[in-house]
Amino acid sequence: MADSVAAPPTSPAEVGDALREAAYLADESTALIAFLAQRLGKPVLVEGPAGVGKTELAKALSRATGRELVRLQCYEGLDEAKALYEWNYRKQLLQIQATASSGGGADALAEPVGADTPDTALGGIFTEEFLLERPLMRAIANPDPVVLLIDEIDKTDQEFEAMLLELLSDFQITIPEMGRIEATTHPIVLLTSNNSRELTEALKRRCLYLWLDYPSAEREIEIVRLHAPEIDKALATRLVEVIDMVRDLDLKKAPSIAESIDWARTLVLMGADDIDEKVFRDSLSIIIKHRTDLDLVADKVLPRLRRERSGGGGNGAGPSQNGG
Amino acid sequence: MGEQLLAFCEELRREGSAVGTSEIQDAFRALEIVPWTNPVDFKEALATTVAKSPRDREVFDLVFDRFFFRAAEQAALDNSDGSESETDPTRSSQISKEALYSLDSEQLAQAVREAIETGDESAMNELARLAIEAFGHHGESSGVVGVDLQRIRRGLGLRPDGKGEGEDEGRQPLDRDRMARFERQLRRELQRRQIARQGTLPPARPLSGLNRALPMRGAQDLAEVHKAVAQMKRRLATIGHDPRGAKKARTVDIRKTMRSSLETGGVPLNLSYRPRRPRKPEIYVLCDVSTSVSSASTFFLSVLHALHDSFRKLRSFVFIERISEVTGIFEDERDFAAISERITSEGGVADISGYTDYGRVWREFLDDVSSDLGPRSTVIVLGDARTNGRPPAAEAFAKVTERANRTFWLNPEPALYWNYGDSVMNAYIPYCDGVFECWQTEHLERFVDIVAAGRPTLERPRTPTTRHRY
Repeated sequence: MADSVAAPPTSPAEVGDALREAAYLADESTALIAFLAQRLGKPVLVEGPAGVGKTELAKALSRATGRELVRLQCYEGLDEAKALYEWNYRKQLLQIQATASSGGGADALAEPVGADTPDTALGGIFTEEFLLERPLMRAIANPDPVVLLIDEIDKTDQEFEAMLLELLSDFQITIPEMGRIEATTHPIVLLTSNNSRELTEALKRRCLYLWLDYPSAEREIEIVRLHAPEIDKALATRLVEVIDMVRDLDLKKAPSIAESIDWARTLVLMGADDIDEKVFRDSLSIIIKHRTDLDLVADKVLPRLRRERSGGGGNGAGPSQNGG
Repeated sequence: MGEQLLAFCEELRREGSAVGTSEIQDAFRALEIVPWTNPVDFKEALATTVAKSPRDREVFDLVFDRFFFRAAEQAALDNSDGSESETDPTRSSQISKEALYSLDSEQLAQAVREAIETGDESAMNELARLAIEAFGHHGESSGVVGVDLQRIRRGLGLRPDGKGEGEDEGRQPLDRDRMARFERQLRRELQRRQIARQGTLPPARPLSGLNRALPMRGAQDLAEVHKAVAQMKRRLATIGHDPRGAKKARTVDIRKTMRSSLETGGVPLNLSYRPRRPRKPEIYVLCDVSTSVSSASTFFLSVLHALHDSFRKLRSFVFIERISEVTGIFEDERDFAAISERITSEGGVADISGYTDYGRVWREFLDDVSSDLGPRSTVIVLGDARTNGRPPAAEAFAKVTERANRTFWLNPEPALYWNYGDSVMNAYIPYCDGVFECWQTEHLERFVDIVAAGRPTLERPRTPTTRHRY
């Protein structure tokens, strides 16, 4: 694995295979963009509905390339002190007091900052020793190349986006007291967004853009079988069919891929060999997470399952409603 | 090919997507390492570097097809003698062709529905061609793609809302996205035929117009409104905030204090404070959705949609006879079409007559919501002030504006029509901080400008001291 860090991939197919080995089935465009990200050294902005594997892509890339994953989870009110770096004030204070009490530093401390004396104490407290690294800084300063995941960038404010620009275009961070810190190696940067607001043009311009959507039925079957190998093909196919049916409904929260996988595992545990009405109702809560959605699904999907099962015959099962 | 690519980007720009020079450079760099021979890779590599949103991607796909297939069409035109081009080897269908060609129109409609349901792209393509054969009056066409499309859609019994015409109730409506995909196929095929028939390529069709009277629908128009509102956001966020209670509760900036304390041997004698950021405005938007403004309400809804993108503290209301809060709908939905549909179905704003009753709306707003209004609140009313002869209840409106910090009124009618007929604009103007006509995106931009400059055109005659403060 370690040697794959050094060698950049030579074709999109190679990236696709590597991702597959890392248990991530990428479609053509995903593999291509992952390839371009590594070759061009550009950040990738990944957008798409919740639960299509945006975050997972970053994890898989880290596994596939053997790089460490540095993750920054964004939230409202995230600022540079939490994302970039922070000075360790307590340590700095202690250092100053130590210098002052040892005598020699008292004069130096009285000097204003920027005086041309060779200030041991002043220069001394703004060094890396007193720097608390936050995720972005860690990604930049790391001697080994990393995969940097900036998750849910749409949750932050626009000001934070602006702060990211320097990092994303030049892979460097400017600290007023210390100067510029440049990345020694090129990290692979992924930004994910649930599209809850428009990101700024400036940010988008610096990124490659990848729109991830729910996978095609065949791919989803593959994904489910990859993560729940015990499930047999017919059941997996059936499961994806039903999930597809559910996603087509106007739900508050459509079942994600992760939930398909969970459901597959549940079915295996339940020892089910087909999804009939009963199995579906028993395990419904795995894929549906909203009270109103439960009703809707019970309303729309259950009768369909029943109809398909009974093959058009008179269905004896009454209009029993799901209790949630 | 480099020139071709530049021309392509130029074309994208003409359609309103912002393609920067740096993005073109990226595209070139990407295409250096991606084999040009693979059409999928080529297109994806180009898309990822120049199309940066689902909306852009839609435009990109359209332009890409138009741009790069024009050349292919031209070549096909030169080679074939007008015969139907079934020679395209890249497309194949899982459904056997013989089976397809023997379908009658009834079965065809059924097959189309099935293909749309399963989302089978290649079958859709095949069926699109068949549908054109069947309903396109055998090659004779109106010459306008949109008209042909309508005719075929009618022939197949497909309605834009996904429900089949004359279908039984229990039938599942078709997925709208897939419908749209099928229609795209149809459209493309129709264009292809038109090209083949006329032997020339049609002039490049502009997808967007910057300055048409009212942005009615379409992603591009929406994008215009979004742009204007994004500007509005930045400006609203930084202006007009009374620094009330300013002296209390300031946050110490530890970093700065630390730095300045070095002069005093690490003893923080002078505290530095964080700069006071302007507080984020709370915005209340009231939007008239009655029939008298029906042409404008799409525009207004898109303004609302864009506002929701930009402001976190935004509550939106729609009203006709009654007022109803729709903030939740905007939070749940991202798609504009879905939003307008849900507002129509769930708003519950029409009571009996379906005519706007501004007086009642103000009273209801006053009762239900105005206790939340405060010095940070901005109220924006989008409406034509046509009360259908009912009392305007200006005193209720006055109370609302008194509680809010600022009140703006955007009227979708030209100022010339105000106060004619049942418009009671004059009753409200004295209470507003600004009144604007707003029936073009341009007007919206002007509204932003004026608000940003801090001098509303129609200053209401009052002294600050008379205002009730909380």
